[in-house]
Amino acid sequence: MNQATLTFDKVSDPKVMITLQGSWTVNGVLPALDQLSALPDYDQLKTVAFITGDDFSWDSRLLAWLLACQRMLEPSHCQLDLSGLPEDVRDLFRLANTVPPNKALPDRNPSLLHRLVNRVARLGDEAMELLAFIGELALTLCRWLSRKGSARWSDIISFCHQSGPSALPMITLQSVLIGMILAYLGMVQLRQFGAEVYVANLVGVGMVREMGALMTAVIMSGRTGAAYAAQLGTMQVNEEIDALTTLGIKPMDYLVLPRTLALILTIPLLCLYSNILGMFGGGLVATSMDITWLMYLYQLRDAISFGDIMTGVAKSFLFALMIAMAGCRAGLACGRSSAAVGQATTNAVVTAIIYLVVADAGLNILFYHLGI
Amino acid sequence: MGQLQQEGQEVVIEARGLTMKYGSNLIQSNLHFQISKGDVFVIMGGSGCGKSTLLKHMIGLYQPAEGDILFGGQSYFAASPERQLAMRKRWGVTYQGGALFSDKTLAENVALPLSQYTTLSSKDIQDMVRYKLALVGLAGFEDFYPSRISGGMCKRAGLARAIALDPDILFFDEPSAGLDPLSARRLDDLILQLRDSTGATVVIVTHELASIFAIGSNGVYLDANSKTQLDTGSPDYMLNHSKHDLVRAFLSRGEV
Repeated sequence: MNQATLTFDKVSDPKVMITLQGSWTVNGVLPALDQLSALPDYDQLKTVAFITGDDFSWDSRLLAWLLACQRMLEPSHCQLDLSGLPEDVRDLFRLANTVPPNKALPDRNPSLLHRLVNRVARLGDEAMELLAFIGELALTLCRWLSRKGSARWSDIISFCHQSGPSALPMITLQSVLIGMILAYLGMVQLRQFGAEVYVANLVGVGMVREMGALMTAVIMSGRTGAAYAAQLGTMQVNEEIDALTTLGIKPMDYLVLPRTLALILTIPLLCLYSNILGMFGGGLVATSMDITWLMYLYQLRDAISFGDIMTGVAKSFLFALMIAMAGCRAGLACGRSSAAVGQATTNAVVTAIIYLVVADAGLNILFYHLGI
Repeated sequence: MGQLQQEGQEVVIEARGLTMKYGSNLIQSNLHFQISKGDVFVIMGGSGCGKSTLLKHMIGLYQPAEGDILFGGQSYFAASPERQLAMRKRWGVTYQGGALFSDKTLAENVALPLSQYTTLSSKDIQDMVRYKLALVGLAGFEDFYPSRISGGMCKRAGLARAIALDPDILFFDEPSAGLDPLSARRLDDLILQLRDSTGATVVIVTHELASIFAIGSNGVYLDANSKTQLDTGSPDYMLNHSKHDLVRAFLSRGEV
């Protein structure tokens, strides 16, 4: 196969004749356009004509090259003269030029500063949207309580089933392990003072006030919050949410409220379950050292109060509300493509976890100052 | 504009200076048209000119940037929520892909509006559902899930759901898109039959020329470049008398 080459042939001052030779195909190497722009009187060129030389062959590669050539010459208003090329080449070239290129290109790569400014400006909007969503959810709840909404118990129960019992294996594993981790951590530290038995206090209070609620919420935001975002997002893509709205059914009533109520019912129960298993996990570690089950349980009984348990449960109520809100809001705000559903899901989990951690920190500060 | 407004016809829908925007992005501006009772009104235009957006404004999903859409002389967007709901109950909407609720069977999909807005017993609802599904040729598919039936069947099931409450106005978003010619023809016939026997007004977004001439009795042509309507009237009238070459070219596949 012959290498594709150009031969320049000056015809008259503003016109140059180029002879194309060799194989101008996908498999060949084409001459760089620099050869043309390197001509001494490139700026004065008004016409570039092409003719074919010996054993010339071509495919789409030639046309792509010609189009690039045209784009390069466009600013200097230089014309391409293709009359010396095969008719098929001319036809295809004309076809590629029938519709003028779109001038209004989207802002493809906004500058870093621009993106930062946009991002900060969006934060304000997002805060307002969040407030509006909370308000709407509260109104929806009032409507439901006054029996005007369309949330149905059958839906709520089915969502409870999806989010509650089926999360048990995951919560079990996680809680036992967290309890064991807390126990090991405490054991190492407390042994220095010969106070090993107080490991029960550490595990008990740690699980009941903090880890039970928080870890359950983290798992549920990944499991159920993400699922809600994906469900609602897909419904948005399929126009199912539009269909509901035009049937006169509010998505808030019919989709968001049952999901939120289901989480508010199940997550505190899962949190209690997680507390018990966490303390059991801690007990496994404690009894494997030199503490008996009786000592451990006796110490636990003294360590945790009813108030501690209620603190954890109250937290998990709030967490449930946040997970449901983050999931449903991301789903309803989902765009109209399959990529948007993925984004909505990620968004739901990330926002939920941010809400959880911030709320947990805030609550701990509050409880400390209130002495709860 | 080449409006062929027959005397004595009741105007069901009227657009007055309607301007639609998506954020700051202008879609269409200054639309004026009237739809009479019993019309099959076709919203036509090239791809991306805002046909579906216009439909979504008409069914109250998007709010107009300027102007208004009147239903029987009454603005939807200025009405109270109760009044809006009452108006919505008189509409039936079918979507491009059917938009059936994927976690419900066809019967449950069609039953949803009935159980929400009527006091029928569940037995009566079942009978109604079976009748509506039979109307669109889906008898026997009551317990199928949307994912188990073909795209054309999904569209027809969506139609069954839309006509569940015997609406006065039926909206269709690209009913024949993605259907083979025979199914598309059957759907057109179905739309006409429903119009004739229930006296409903039909608003339809389409760019299938065959459908436009077969069923359209009135219409509007939206242009993507000038971002406004070029003409309104019946498709035959626009084909022969439109002042705009583009409208005549569109309606004759460019063979002017």
